Amino acid sequence: MMGFISALPGAISQGLIWGIMAIGVYITYKVLDIADLTVDGSFCTGGAVFVVLFTGGWSVWTALLAAVIAGMLAGLVTGLLHTLCGIPAILAGILTQIALWSINLAIMGMKATVAINVTTPELLNRLLVSLRFVRDAVTGAQPFYRHPIIIVAVLTALLITILYRFFGTEIGCALRATGSNSNMARAQGINTNFSIVLGLVISNGLVALSGALLAQYNSACEINMGRGAIVIGLAAVIIGEVVFSKIFHEMYMKMTGVALGAIIYYIVLQAVLATGLNANYLKLLSAVIVAAFLTVPYLKKKYTHAKPRLAETPVGAEDGGNSDA
Amino acid sequence: MLEVKNLYKTFNPGTINEKAALRGVSLTLEEGEFVTMIGGNGAGKSTLLNAVAGVWPVDSGTITIDGVDVTAMSEHKRAAYIGRVFQDPMLGTAATMLLEENLALSIRRGNHRTFRRGITPAERDQYRERLKILDLGLENRLTARVGILSGGQRQALTLLMATLKKPKLLLLDEHTAALDPKTAAKVLEATDRIVAKDNLTTLMITHNMRDAIVHGTRLIMMYEGRIVVDVSGEEKKKLTVEQLLALFNQASGSDEADDKLLLS
Repeated sequence: MMGFISALPGAISQGLIWGIMAIGVYITYKVLDIADLTVDGSFCTGGAVFVVLFTGGWSVWTALLAAVIAGMLAGLVTGLLHTLCGIPAILAGILTQIALWSINLAIMGMKATVAINVTTPELLNRLLVSLRFVRDAVTGAQPFYRHPIIIVAVLTALLITILYRFFGTEIGCALRATGSNSNMARAQGINTNFSIVLGLVISNGLVALSGALLAQYNSACEINMGRGAIVIGLAAVIIGEVVFSKIFHEMYMKMTGVALGAIIYYIVLQAVLATGLNANYLKLLSAVIVAAFLTVPYLKKKYTHAKPRLAETPVGAEDGGNSDA
Repeated sequence: MLEVKNLYKTFNPGTINEKAALRGVSLTLEEGEFVTMIGGNGAGKSTLLNAVAGVWPVDSGTITIDGVDVTAMSEHKRAAYIGRVFQDPMLGTAATMLLEENLALSIRRGNHRTFRRGITPAERDQYRERLKILDLGLENRLTARVGILSGGQRQALTLLMATLKKPKLLLLDEHTAALDPKTAAKVLEATDRIVAKDNLTTLMITHNMRDAIVHGTRLIMMYEGRIVVDVSGEEKKKLTVEQLLALFNQASGSDEADDKLLLS
């Protein structure tokens, strides 16, 4: 139990970092209604670009920016494969993801791991987030505001604000309309292909940022660090939705819910680990959690359809609406 | 306003499901003309509308709207000229977005979309005013999610969205067919009001022969991918359902004026 509690700050920090990735998944999966598997590759791309550039002497911010741009390019490739080449979105994402595995290795100089040498205090101090700051911020070796929870929470709030503003613009509204009803969007003169590509670009930019932060936090990037990222992202999106849907309606609240969902996911994971489960079962556990959370809303919907209550008449059921559309 | 010349479209060519849906359709709509279109299932009515809207490319022929050849123009670019209402009430609106957001999307049809705000406070007053023409009380529900509205309300909203920014051409694809009779009548009334107010050039498909006679200034009938009847003016005003059936039989060379066509 003590082990679990002492591991909490680390779990929350990691959850917050993954939360940024989950917001990226939210944009494709929820707003655009596309399951984008690029993220398993672009997450590592972000980490690889960051670590290589940072250890090569770039500043933390420029290296982060480069990581984001690399992720956006990955999203662009998936978007073009889907819209220009007519490849189904899910397959387009898988193709990019596979291609990225080679590209990520190339970025990392054909090594499976690249590390930041955090034993040099000078290098460590330049980092934005690090596993070491979790302890150092408490012992006083670092100022309290350098605690990863504070740094990443502020960053997440900033990102959510920017995204919320964006989704309120004409282009942002067009993107939401594309995900909500692409027929309607085209009839209203929206270039749905552009919206889809833009959404994938933004999403993978966020995913790469998250990957760069995690690589920083762990002071290393490893070629497999993004494997299963989509599952963690989906878990966060779904947990956020299931737990907070009753109280969070506005879009910025929903994105906050997703970030909180990622934290919950990591706390649950930590709790399971504290029971002494072999860490190798974590991926199995993640898959089971996501499958369960995806099943519950489906069954719930099926149940309410079988027994419609007056207050929850299905959309279009009144006035002869065509509900099987 | 609309000029369709010798339009051909075959679906699934070379397969067992090959279907020649349009076989040389030519049609000219003058500005302000309100044309109703009838025909049995598979006659090519919806195909013609979708061809004009640019849902897919046609095999041959040209489509010109207000002097602009749009034949090769993509669907979303063509939307600058066209307002559309679909048969399915779910298709015309974004269910997960607010009523006012849907309207804001539609008033920007044909505009270049930018990073300016997707909806401004001044617009809301305008929408409240414009929603009154539907006579459904929607003017008080600007911030409702469209998904909670009824099929009839959504269809009326789609109609307003199609016309909020005056289109050069309004395409109505059996837009009342999925509604109950009372709601359908209400949406049709609103259609007449809106079309008359803005003098819109309109092409409306209907399954209901009586509606086809009562509404609009001109009536056309399609049969097997061609236009077989075209009446307007006084002649159309005096039409009866019986005469229309006789016309159909004459044009199709058979007496299979079937239940499908009679549906009303």
